[in-house]
Amino acid sequence: MSELLHVSSSPHIRSKIKTDNLMKMVVIALLPATLFGIYNFGWRALLLICISVATCVATEGIYETLMHKKLTIGDFSAVVTGLLLALNLPSTAPWWIPVIGGVFAILVVKQLFGGLGQNIMNPALAARCFLLLSFTGQMTNFAPTSGLGKIVDTASGATPLAALKAGEQVDVLSMFLGNTTGTIGETSALALLIGAAFLLAMKVIDFRIPLTYIGSFLVFIILFGGHGLDANYILGQLFGGGLMLGAWFMATDYVTTPITKSGQLVYGVILGILTGLFRLFGASAEGVSYAIIFSNLLIPVIERVTVPVAFGKGGKKE
Amino acid sequence: MGLLTFKGGIHPYDGKELSKNKPIQPLKPQKELAFLVSQHIGAPAKPIVSKGDRVLIGQKIAEAGGFVSAPVYASVSGTVKGIEPRLTATGGTCDAILVENDGLYESVAFEPTEHPEQLSKEEIRKKIQEAGVVGMGGAGFPTHVKLTPKEPEKIDHILVNGAECEPYLTSDYRRMLEEPEKVIGGLKVMLQLFDNAKGCICIEDNKPDCIEKISKMVENEPRIEVKAMKTKYPQGAERMLIYAVTGRSINSSMLPADAGCVVDNIDTVVAIYKAVVLGQPLMHRIVTVTGDAIADPANFYVPVGTDFQELVEAAGGFKDHVEKVISGGPMMGFAMFDMHVPVTKTTSALLCLTKDEVCHSETTACINCGRCVSECPEHLLPTKLATFAAHKDQEKFQKYNGMECCECGCCSYVCPAKRPLAQDIKSMRKIVLANRKKK
Repeated sequence: MSELLHVSSSPHIRSKIKTDNLMKMVVIALLPATLFGIYNFGWRALLLICISVATCVATEGIYETLMHKKLTIGDFSAVVTGLLLALNLPSTAPWWIPVIGGVFAILVVKQLFGGLGQNIMNPALAARCFLLLSFTGQMTNFAPTSGLGKIVDTASGATPLAALKAGEQVDVLSMFLGNTTGTIGETSALALLIGAAFLLAMKVIDFRIPLTYIGSFLVFIILFGGHGLDANYILGQLFGGGLMLGAWFMATDYVTTPITKSGQLVYGVILGILTGLFRLFGASAEGVSYAIIFSNLLIPVIERVTVPVAFGKGGKKE
Repeated sequence: MGLLTFKGGIHPYDGKELSKNKPIQPLKPQKELAFLVSQHIGAPAKPIVSKGDRVLIGQKIAEAGGFVSAPVYASVSGTVKGIEPRLTATGGTCDAILVENDGLYESVAFEPTEHPEQLSKEEIRKKIQEAGVVGMGGAGFPTHVKLTPKEPEKIDHILVNGAECEPYLTSDYRRMLEEPEKVIGGLKVMLQLFDNAKGCICIEDNKPDCIEKISKMVENEPRIEVKAMKTKYPQGAERMLIYAVTGRSINSSMLPADAGCVVDNIDTVVAIYKAVVLGQPLMHRIVTVTGDAIADPANFYVPVGTDFQELVEAAGGFKDHVEKVISGGPMMGFAMFDMHVPVTKTTSALLCLTKDEVCHSETTACINCGRCVSECPEHLLPTKLATFAAHKDQEKFQKYNGMECCECGCCSYVCPAKRPLAQDIKSMRKIVLANRKKK
């Protein structure tokens, strides 16, 4: 035997799942909602999505090149961020909104904190909140668009959630299917659930966070919403706004979720309560984005208090 | 009945189809054999032969160096060539008694016990100790020590570990299929030692033929049961096995006896049978020679001391470029840099792979996905432990139960960022243990 043998510590085999596979699966899972967004809001939506993704990938690439870091755009995490950011924008947003948002998400929220895995908030959501505060007008202009699809328009460009907050009845079926207005990716609960089902089936995410989140939110709404068990109101809250997109795709973002199993349950409950608080008692009809980035900041504390007991009762009998 | 199991664990490619249908073949080594004096946990054995002596099969060539130790016996007949350090599978060196095989296979006379059921407990333990029986699953803990717990009346389960959860390994499978009577015989001897115990032969459900065969054979044995376990790695880890069968969990500072259990591997139980009933010391073991680089994977009945190179040759040599050679299975085995390493009492397999997956996977940043946490059978947070290890933070490492790690390697296996989690944690554990000894 002429060549040297390889030596390393066990184990000597590795699973086939890699970071980029996981990120690609998230992109695939977002496709139904993306395609529906383009169908619903027209080519402008597609343009914004492209700008957002391109900005995120370019920002990451340029930063890493300038800083002499290893180029990581191949792991698809910037693509996921760009796509999520675009899905959280109204279709009427000017072209420079995703540019500013993308640069903020990747540069400020992700890279300056140390890159993939080190960011303390979800980059796409942090950027959305940044944009909401800085460019409130552009970010809340949900004009009924003349997209490819037919929008069931309620005279103004108010989102169903805003209508609900104003005490109006909403068309729950079209909210489920997505023929309403809102941000590009949030309108169709059906498309989002199809994507979520894919992620669950591929074991990329599990039920823990989404179900505790949605469950505790619904309990909160029933208790404090002032509409009791009014089905129209509850379903409107469930399918309206960013809850489906947030619960299945953004609250489950690996980097910004607790790693402990019980911590994930705590995190889900906090998200549900905060979303309910913001939606019911806040100035805006929406509350998912703020709830998620706020809860992101609680993760170190949640993890510290939910360290699991080790097998065999945690090292007792020393 | 549901299958017995534990929480966590993984399902890697098991590679068992390469060798599972190959009956056990006796292997006759041609060259020099090397008997390491330290094939077990505890004090090394002391050689009692010297250069030029002629030895026979079954002749004691090194005596136990203490209570926690085991003697070593020659497995061939021949001439002692000397005592020299030899490379071990873990990469270190150890003194070895070198014996030139004369090819005659002359043996000392063994004295079978006609009525083993009439032996006293003391006689049984003595025979096991004298025969040099150690745990053959990998750890090599002297079996007579394990069978001498402080409170023998509290032992209510004897678990025979036939899980064989390591991928590629088929030696226990072949043993159970071809010589089940010896497994049962060995277990009966063990049951004589513990009056309050029942014997459980624990087999993963990927070996239905073994489960069926042995179940039928123990139908009329009131004290013996076959337990079907879910196929999952590391089902055969001692703590996981005890939990799966009895629901009791032990931590790193406890012994199986604290949960009323004695756990022994299939081959060990057969060695007990041979020691007590046939009067033969431990001289042979079954080794699976397998992997995609091996021309003709096989299960060999190998004299202890045989050189690994001879195992490869007996299995048809390499059919392909070999990149990694592992003593044991791919999850917990040791990668070797040299083929001239002798088979010991604890060698279960020789795995030769054409591709080393570890060096081909690039480590990237942790994305906090939590897969290591979900799979950890010890309910730890491997990613955090690895970070504490990188920071050399011993205090945090211990606070987060790092010392409970059983080194199964599941975390490294599942990590999508391909971080060497198990390796970092293992190194840190060694540092902590070394510091504890200093104090």
